Amino acid sequence: MKPVAFDYCRPESVEEATALLHELGGDAVLLAGGMSLGPMLNMRLVRPSVIVDINRIEGLDRIVLNDSVVIGAMARQGDVMADVNLLGEVPLLEAVLPHVGHFQTRNRGTFGGSVGHADPSAEIPLALVTLGGTVELTARRGVRRVPAAEFFHGVLTTARRADEMITALHWPRRRRRSGYAFEEVAQRHGDFAIAAVACMASLGEGGELAELRLAFGGVEDRPILADTSSFIGAPADGASAAEIAAKVADGLEPMEDIAASADYRRALARTLGLSVLERAFEQVAGS
Amino acid sequence: MRRIGGNERHRIELTVNGRSHAGEAEPRMLLSDFLRHRLGLYGTHVGCEHGVCGACTVIVDGRAVRSCTQYAIQAEGATIETVEGLADGERLNALQQAFHEHHGLQCGFCSAGILMSAVHFLKENPRPSEAAVRDMLSGHICRCTGYDGIVRAILDAAGTLKDQTKETIGE
Repeated sequence: MKPVAFDYCRPESVEEATALLHELGGDAVLLAGGMSLGPMLNMRLVRPSVIVDINRIEGLDRIVLNDSVVIGAMARQGDVMADVNLLGEVPLLEAVLPHVGHFQTRNRGTFGGSVGHADPSAEIPLALVTLGGTVELTARRGVRRVPAAEFFHGVLTTARRADEMITALHWPRRRRRSGYAFEEVAQRHGDFAIAAVACMASLGEGGELAELRLAFGGVEDRPILADTSSFIGAPADGASAAEIAAKVADGLEPMEDIAASADYRRALARTLGLSVLERAFEQVAGS
Repeated sequence: MRRIGGNERHRIELTVNGRSHAGEAEPRMLLSDFLRHRLGLYGTHVGCEHGVCGACTVIVDGRAVRSCTQYAIQAEGATIETVEGLADGERLNALQQAFHEHHGLQCGFCSAGILMSAVHFLKENPRPSEAAVRDMLSGHICRCTGYDGIVRAILDAAGTLKDQTKETIGE
């Protein structure tokens, strides 16, 4: 299995890369870690005429802890997993990253690549949607930031335009009185999730739900943020968790494929949903 | 900016196992094929060629990675370690010796990749738990051993075999 012949460009700056994208548009494919694109090229599922390799652009792997946490597009998953300061600020990533591929693929795979590829079952896009982060897109004409919930349009389809590249992801920092949890079911550890659920719950002084973000990966064609607005103000307890999980799972329209039926995915969403809600509530109570 | 046409061959220089090497490659040539067919380093095996089986794992600039999902041109100037660099002549290194002693291989097809993963892994985790070793091995497929011998070999090489409770590793 070898890719079709392609022209190779290796820009050394974001300016060079975006100039190339401006010139080539949809004929060019951006190569980050290659953990998804590599297999697709080898299997000839994609046949780009030009590959733009962004691995040697200096600074694109930056990690900055500001008001938000900025993770550069080329930050390797394994490096972020080893960054205890960052994980302390974005606790959901600590729960999520061990499920992203394997040691060997995290050594190469990037944050921007995972988000740009937009596999419906991918964990990093799910975490970004759950926390309400944004995707920073840079083109020659300027920079824009798209909320994660609007970035993913469907299977391998995003809001990125052909002349844009992802340059960073912006993650909200951990909040007071908040709990974070993630769980998934896959056929093997590190494999594509059949269903994955992540949540962030913030509690008020009286132990009531002040904010609740609950999102599902691998269930529909993109990470889905559930509407939990009717539960704001409810007590953060086991009864609420069961009610929320049941209601939200009923509202999903799960995919069906060789790994699982729609009903099975819905059942997983309910069970995993209940579990992450309980764990997030307990975390706040215990802190 | 480096720009190379799809059918152009480009001279690539890199360091493999401490020695400088050079060879020509088109942009689409996989690093795994370059190591094998341009440099004659056939120790690196090619299994699935889509990043799943781990047989082709080598160490590039200090990190264990698949060599089938990156291109030789991307490794220009890189420092690479392959399985050929482990033994000292006929003498196996400690990790290879442990694989030999614990039946960590049968047909040997997956071994080159697993050894290179383990080299990087043990550098980062000098005293790993059995669970951590198994997690690292989830990135490899071995169809002969059932993994137990491999787990034991890696724990032994790390000096942590005796720390593990015996029943969990099947002794």
